[in-house]
Amino acid sequence: MQPSPSLQPSHDDVGPIRHAARDDLRTEPRAVRIAVIAIALTFLGVFVVLPLILVFAEAFSKGIGAYLAALSDPEALSAIRLTLLVAAVSVSINLVFGLMAAWAIAKFEFAGKTFLTTLIDLPFSVSPVISGLVFVLLFGAQGYWGAWLRDHDIQVLFAVPGIALATTFVTFPFVARALIPLMLEQGTQEEEAAISLGASGLQTFFRVTLPNIKWGVLYGVLLCNARAMGEFGAVSVVSGHIRGETNTMPLLVEILYNEYQFVASFAIASLLAMLALITLVAKAFLERHLDEGQEEVSHDH
Amino acid sequence: MTIEVRNLVKRFGSFTALDGVDLKVADGELLALLGPSGSGKTTLLRIIAGLDWPDAGEVTFNGENALVRGAGERQVGFVFQHYALFRHMTVFENVAFGLRVQPRGVRKDEAGIRARVKELLDLVQLDWLADRYPSQLSGGQRQRIALARALAIEPRILLLDEPFGALDAKVRKELRKWLRTLHQEIHVTSIFVTHDQEEALEVANRVVVMDKGHIEQIGSPGEVYDNPATAFVHGFIGESIMLPVEVRDGTVRLNGKALDIHAQGAASGDVTLYVRRHDMQISAAGSGALEGQVTHVRSFGPIQRAEVALSEGAAVIEIDAPRDRELSPGDIVGLKPRRYRIFAA
Repeated sequence: MQPSPSLQPSHDDVGPIRHAARDDLRTEPRAVRIAVIAIALTFLGVFVVLPLILVFAEAFSKGIGAYLAALSDPEALSAIRLTLLVAAVSVSINLVFGLMAAWAIAKFEFAGKTFLTTLIDLPFSVSPVISGLVFVLLFGAQGYWGAWLRDHDIQVLFAVPGIALATTFVTFPFVARALIPLMLEQGTQEEEAAISLGASGLQTFFRVTLPNIKWGVLYGVLLCNARAMGEFGAVSVVSGHIRGETNTMPLLVEILYNEYQFVASFAIASLLAMLALITLVAKAFLERHLDEGQEEVSHDH
Repeated sequence: MTIEVRNLVKRFGSFTALDGVDLKVADGELLALLGPSGSGKTTLLRIIAGLDWPDAGEVTFNGENALVRGAGERQVGFVFQHYALFRHMTVFENVAFGLRVQPRGVRKDEAGIRARVKELLDLVQLDWLADRYPSQLSGGQRQRIALARALAIEPRILLLDEPFGALDAKVRKELRKWLRTLHQEIHVTSIFVTHDQEEALEVANRVVVMDKGHIEQIGSPGEVYDNPATAFVHGFIGESIMLPVEVRDGTVRLNGKALDIHAQGAASGDVTLYVRRHDMQISAAGSGALEGQVTHVRSFGPIQRAEVALSEGAAVIEIDAPRDRELSPGDIVGLKPRRYRIFAA
């Protein structure tokens, strides 16, 4: 049968035109797309990938022997030890206090809650140098507690405690900030259920709250650790730069660089760069788990 | 276990959630707290559970002051609207939770816990889901597990906060029937909160209607439906026609015209006439207390719903008539309320 001449062609015409129109609305022309992607990739290459490659290239420029020699230098080993120690101390402190702060903010109503939430962010909004100076004002020889500390022969500034304190201050927000939104979203119903079933406060925390936020905790610890190991400004102010004693890895990188020991400087820098890469991979992994957790929350409702 | 609540007051900032509530719950009763959102019904339930604390008033269980005990010591099973299952635990561990956190002396051994959990999962007919996680269950299954978990601690009182509120209509109906059967089986004093009147009337032995922090009426489902104590209850339960009228010289008037309606002792002034839709009887034009013109008719189920524009005023009312009564738009009909109440406006 012959299709009706008036209907058939128009039907054929409408389809492709509609598609073309829709494509135009949704996406830019091919050339624009390629240009934008190229600009983004170039930018990323020049400012992120290239520097990273150069760090490793410089570190290995005199061969692997020189690289290993630089890392096994007593000063380098001492810096690595100090950095690990300081990171361990400040991450532990921030884990405990971050958990407590997030728990208090997310699960309870109390006066001054908004103020506390804002206060937690303070270390992020203050220049790290200022954060360091605060501790000089508190613990320095002319500082607030200086005389008392000298009388009792306690060394805070230009020693490990000062470095740990400054690092803890600068990295304080990480754990709390990773947890507060997560805990707010999860609400308090599971805790209420646990309590009405006869669980004590501690049982509720360890059996219900903590398992629900474990990926968030790891996420916060990871970011906190990365920043603690890499912190320069605040630590530089309080460390005193005593070689082999109070130099952390970032400080040693700068000192060696200023002394034209490029291989040694970049060898240590390469360790920090590797830390960054490991952190990135772990972060991606944790974020996937966090998303899964979030989905379960939304299914519940 | 009997529960008694005396003069309970609870404020959240400037909002008064409970304003002097008195309530007695008999042993083994299945009681519904019914009211719109913000009426204080959930707050009352949470205070009985120990999840909230009143600003004033008393709560006693079997005559003993319950307010000196924390939520965990009251032996109250609480079922949440959104289930609040522990998402990182299997169904089995969820139900076992209340048994595992008991103090060492009282706690059952592992075999005892397993046996009890098995028994409870059988009771809610979901033993085959023991190894699943809550995210793998449907809403109805989750709520049944939440109930099994609450029953694990052998509660003296079972409290359910909008237990079926988050479920779809069909599952909700099934679970209602199931809850009533379950209550007959275990016979523990139970209170459930709902804003769904059908749910309250169908499931509970007794219904407590609440509004704005007050109890408006307490009675059997039949009583609150047939003899609403206040205008609020009449308007909230069942579908009512509310017609603003006036009482003058002992007669009820609409726009000045006296109606063949008893004033029920109402004082002179503006009042409201409350009639259930199906209590408004349709008669021949000129024979009823009211008269109007049918503007619209819809038929569904056993009834037809007609919109009638009253001749005595601009008001349009909706009435339910049996299907066999012939009605079409344009008809002039008389209307006679079979049962009605007059409340002050």
